[in-house]
Amino acid sequence: MRKFLKSREVLLTGIMMILIAGIALRFPAFATPDNLANVFNDTSILIVLALGQMIVIVTRCIDLSMAANLALTGMMIAMLSQFAPGIPIPLLLFLALLIGAALGSLNGLLVWKAHIPPIVVTLGTLTIFRGVIFLISSGEWINAHEMTDAFKAFPRIDILGQPMLSWIAVVTIIAFLVLVSRTAIGRAFYAVGGNPHAAVYTGIDVGYTRFVAFTIAGALSGMAGYLWVARYAVAYVDVAGGFELDVVAACVIGGISIAGGIGSVGGAVLGALFIGIIKNALPVVDISPFWQLAISGTAIILAVAFNARSERRKGRVILKQAEVAT
Amino acid sequence: MSTPALRFVPNTLGTPWAKRLKSWEVLLLAVAIAIFVINSFASPYFLNAWNLSDATFNFTEKAMIAFAMAMLIIAGEIDLSVAAIIAFASTMMGYAASLGYGTPELIVIGLAVGVACGAFNGALVTVFNLPSIVVTIGTMSLFRGLSYIVLGDGAFTKYPASMAFFGQGYVYWVFSFELVLFAVMAVVFGVVLHRTNFGRAVYAIGNNPVAALFSGIRVARVKFILFLLTGLTSGIAAICLTSRLGSTRPSIALGWELEIVTMVVLGGINILGGSGTIPGVVLAAFIMGLVTFGFGLLNVPGIVMSIFIGLLLIAVIGIPRVFAPKSRKVE
Repeated sequence: MRKFLKSREVLLTGIMMILIAGIALRFPAFATPDNLANVFNDTSILIVLALGQMIVIVTRCIDLSMAANLALTGMMIAMLSQFAPGIPIPLLLFLALLIGAALGSLNGLLVWKAHIPPIVVTLGTLTIFRGVIFLISSGEWINAHEMTDAFKAFPRIDILGQPMLSWIAVVTIIAFLVLVSRTAIGRAFYAVGGNPHAAVYTGIDVGYTRFVAFTIAGALSGMAGYLWVARYAVAYVDVAGGFELDVVAACVIGGISIAGGIGSVGGAVLGALFIGIIKNALPVVDISPFWQLAISGTAIILAVAFNARSERRKGRVILKQAEVAT
Repeated sequence: MSTPALRFVPNTLGTPWAKRLKSWEVLLLAVAIAIFVINSFASPYFLNAWNLSDATFNFTEKAMIAFAMAMLIIAGEIDLSVAAIIAFASTMMGYAASLGYGTPELIVIGLAVGVACGAFNGALVTVFNLPSIVVTIGTMSLFRGLSYIVLGDGAFTKYPASMAFFGQGYVYWVFSFELVLFAVMAVVFGVVLHRTNFGRAVYAIGNNPVAALFSGIRVARVKFILFLLTGLTSGIAAICLTSRLGSTRPSIALGWELEIVTMVVLGGINILGGSGTIPGVVLAAFIMGLVTFGFGLLNVPGIVMSIFIGLLLIAVIGIPRVFAPKSRKVE
C-alpha cells in the first residue's frame, strides 16, 4: 500500500488534483467536467505522441523528429486531400499512419542498421523532414478554405458527447496498455532498455526492437499530423515547431527514465495531461502564454531530478516476484 | 580456438605520414578544398576577398561554441541549451542597454549570464548526477522561456554604437574581429585540449569515467569546468551575434544547437565521447561555412541547406559505422 502511494502515477494525480483545486478556488469554471473534458481533448495529440515517445525512450533511444514527422505527414495529407478531395477520411487517416510509419522506420533503420546514436539520427531527420515540407509546399501555406469540410470536421465528430479526437486518444491509450503488458514486443521494449546485453542472450534482437519502437512512434506522429492539420485547419513548414520538447517533457514528467527500461503508459498520459493542464490554466489565471516555455523547462528539470532520486533508491529489480516478496 | 601465433603481424608499423593521410582531418581538408574549387567554378562571385570574408560570419559564432562543445562531447556529455543561453544572454544585454548601460557593462553582462547558465547546467549534471541530455533539454526551454518572459513578442533594438565593433568591425583589411577571435579561440582550445593535463583528463573521462576517477582525475570538477566553458563561449557568441544583428528577439539563434552539434560531429568528434580533435572542428566549421555560402550564392533557400546539413550529419556518422570492422560496432 505504501508502495502504491509512493508511485509516480499516484503522486502526479495528486499534484494535478491540487493544481486543479487551486485554480478552481478562484476560477470555479475551470474545474467543471465540461472544461476538463476540453482540456483532455486539447491534450489528446500530446498524449498520443507521448505514448509513442515513451516506448522509444524505454528502449534507451529518443525521437526528436516526432514533431517534424507530424508536420511533414500533415502537409502531405493536406496536399493529397487538396488534389483529390474525394478520398474518404478513414483512408486518409490510414495513409497518415502509413506515411508516418515510413518516416519513423527511416529513423529506426538508421539506428538499427547504421548504428548511429538515436539522438544524432533524429536531430538529422528533424531538419530533413522540415526541409522536405518546404520543398514539397515551396513554402506556401495550406489554409482552411483550401481544405474540404469533411477533412476539417473529422476530429470534431461527436461520439457519445465527446469529440473524435478525445476518443482516438482513449483508443491509443488502451492499445498501448495491451501492447506493453500483453505482447512479446511490448515486453521486449523493457528488456532492451533495462539491459541490452541480457536482452540479446534471451533471444531478443535489440536493433529490431528499437526499429519497431521508432516505427510505432512514427505511425502515431503521422496520425497526429493529420489530426493537427485538420483541427487547426492550417498546414505550413513550422507546424508544431518545438513540440518534440513538449513530448519529451511529458515523458520525463511522467517518470519515464531517459536511461531506458523504466516507464508506464499511465505515466506518459499523466505527464502529458500535466502539461495540458498548465497550458490551459495559464490564460485562465491570466499569466502571459510567454511563461509557458520556462514553466515546462522548470518542470522537466524538477522531474528529471526527482526521477534520478527515486531510481537510485529502488535499485535494479531483477525479478518481479522478488520485488513483491520484500 | 585461435592460436596467437597465427595473428596477423605487420612487417612495419605505419609511418606517421601514412597514418596522417588516412586521418579524418585529412579527409576533411580534401573535402574543404574540393568545395572551395567547386564553388569558385560554380559562381563568379565566390573568389573575392570581401565575399569570402563575409562568408566567415555564418560560422564563426557557431564555431566558437563548437570548440567548447567538442570538449564536452569528448568528455561524454552534451549541452543542447547553448542556443537558449545565447538568447538569454542577448536578452539580458538588451535589457541592460535599455536601462542605459554602456558597451563595457553589456559585455560583462553577456559573459556573466553565459557563465551563470553554464554553471547551472554543470551543477545539475555534476552535483545532482543527472543525465546532461535531459537536463539541457530542460534548461533549453527554461533559458529561452526566460527570454520570452522578458521580451514577449517585442525586441530590444537600442544598442550603443560602440557595441557594433564585435560583430561588424574589422581588425585588419578583410579580417573581421569575429574571424580573429575565432582563430585565437581555436588556438587556445587546441592547446588546452591537446597539450595540457586538463585536455588529457577530458579524453580519459570520455573513454572511461570510472577508470579516470580511480586514476585521480576529479571527474565532476572537470565536467563542471567544461559546462562553464560552453556557457562562456555561448556568452561570447551572444555578444558577437547581438552586435552583428543590432537587435534581440527571443527567437534569436533558434536551432543553433543542432548546427553546432553537427559541426562538432562532422569535425570527427565521436558523439559517444573519447576521441576527436580541435583542428577537425576548425575544418568542419570552414566546410559548413563554405557550403552555406556557396549555396547562398546559387540562390538556394536556407531551409534547403538545412536538409543538406541534416543529411551531412547522418552520413558523416553513419558511413564510417557501416563500413567499420564488425568488432568495433559493439556498444
